[in-house]
Amino acid sequence: MRIWKFGDDIDTDAIIPGRFLTEYEPEKLAAHVFEGTRDDCRAGVQPGDIIVAGKNFGCGSSREHAPLALLGAGVKVVVAESFARIFYRNAVNTGILPLVCHDTGGLVEGHEATVDIEKGVLTSDCIDYPIEPVPPFMQAIIDAGGLVEYAKEMKEVELCTGSQR
Amino acid sequence: MGTTLVEKIFSSRCGREVRAGEVVMAPVDRAMVHDITGPLAVRVFKEMGGEKVFDPARIVMLFDHQVPADSVPAAENQQFMRVFAREQEIHNYDLREGVCHQVLMEKGHAAPGEIVVGSDSHTCTYGAAGAFATGIGSTDMGFVLKFGALYFRVPESIRVEVTGAFAPRVGAKDLILSIAGDIGAGGATYQALEFCGETIKTMPMAGRMTCCNMAIEMGAKAGIVPPDAVTRDYLQARRPGAEIADLAPDLDAVYADRRTYDVTDLVPQVAVPHNVDHVVDVDEVAGTSIDQVFIGSCTNGRYEDFAEAAEVLGDRTFSDEVRVIVVPASKEEYLKTLRAGLVERFVEAGALVEAPCCGPCMGGAFGLLAPGEVSLSTSNRNFRGRQGSTEAEVYLCSPATAAASAITGAITDPREV
Repeated sequence: MRIWKFGDDIDTDAIIPGRFLTEYEPEKLAAHVFEGTRDDCRAGVQPGDIIVAGKNFGCGSSREHAPLALLGAGVKVVVAESFARIFYRNAVNTGILPLVCHDTGGLVEGHEATVDIEKGVLTSDCIDYPIEPVPPFMQAIIDAGGLVEYAKEMKEVELCTGSQR
Repeated sequence: MGTTLVEKIFSSRCGREVRAGEVVMAPVDRAMVHDITGPLAVRVFKEMGGEKVFDPARIVMLFDHQVPADSVPAAENQQFMRVFAREQEIHNYDLREGVCHQVLMEKGHAAPGEIVVGSDSHTCTYGAAGAFATGIGSTDMGFVLKFGALYFRVPESIRVEVTGAFAPRVGAKDLILSIAGDIGAGGATYQALEFCGETIKTMPMAGRMTCCNMAIEMGAKAGIVPPDAVTRDYLQARRPGAEIADLAPDLDAVYADRRTYDVTDLVPQVAVPHNVDHVVDVDEVAGTSIDQVFIGSCTNGRYEDFAEAAEVLGDRTFSDEVRVIVVPASKEEYLKTLRAGLVERFVEAGALVEAPCCGPCMGGAFGLLAPGEVSLSTSNRNFRGRQGSTEAEVYLCSPATAAASAITGAITDPREV
């Protein structure tokens, strides 16, 4: 998987501009991913590539079209120093793995990277970058294959149950 | 050890003490869907095996982003939602009432102590009513439509205490822009902003909504104002007979952070392209030539905002070099503005006054910018490409600053016109 490198505060308008929100099919949205802000990525991104970003990735609008556009482009993993809350949930729900890595500064665009979830490391240029574990309740949704699969078999939810993070 | 306003709401709705950091499956009192994110939510609901929504009376549907429909796909999405509303017996305000956040507030759909979700990031606006209100994605909304509940990680809170009285032509928008500049675009991520202090206590609902609305611009999960007489007065007429819960944070509540702001010397603030937290005093950008001014949105599309703009405008006209677009946030606010004679004043001065909707704010429907153009907007986001071309620039400001600048054709301190 190749790295596409982004900075801080990448907002969901940049990931998928407002004028394309009448679409909802991932493949159709992918045609406009990063349109006008990172056209090189839009043209060059290949299935299996990963997005590596700085702080607050996915801030702004709650549009779920953003993770869907990335999915449509074949991006399954986004690594960032931190994520905006709504994007983080939307990513997990739709089947993108949002991974927190506290210092992505050394990662280089275009270079190969591998992610080992079990070990909690991202490796690129022979350097291991630690990845934070996914919170347990998010992991349950990931394990199910997204929130739709998670909720399909459920007839009702058990209210007010909870867990510590 | 005491609890914050948000911890109190979750504890009350879950029937046991819940603390920040805990993940709970909490009941949802109200869910809002609109024309952009609603169709995806409905499809997800069906994919999840949803047949009947959990409670049609707790769901609010309306269309505001692309109304009247500006393309065939937009029309199809609205048609799809109308059919779903009819099938499910959900009340649909359709395109008749205006922008979702304004409409939910004025129809009394959010009240103290309630948990409200909307598939729109500015749902945090309803914190002004003392509700815990947060924006969610379409898949989360599909889950809510099916089960009437959702997982929440109960957020820590940042206490934001505001003191002092505003100088003339300085107000809530300048305050929240300065706070956004201070806290930063991700500085309140996963947290709630609890607004309090004498300035907030004396602030009318319009200003409180402006402040809570922009909590998301700091990454916050919610903004909230402790309910008081202002909240009660606002809601009593809109929700007759409803019990309005008494709610206040404990004096010994534990906060992630405490911040204090004194507005006594606050000057008009402007967010410069392309980040909401890139905020400066107006004099730093005064003289910047502008092509378009937008006064409206869920942030500043209320009567009070138009009155603020009209007071600055007086009997003058807008510059011929600037396209001025005025869009009330709702039918109710439109009528108030109309009856006060302000619509006539704006039209005489050279503005286009459009029917209630999101307008140019999200770059979907109209009022888009060409490459190289500059917009000054009372909305909430100035991201690259937000209002059209990615080569355009958007500055954010208060209604007073917008009006002053529309008169001169360049960014102008409203205290100087």
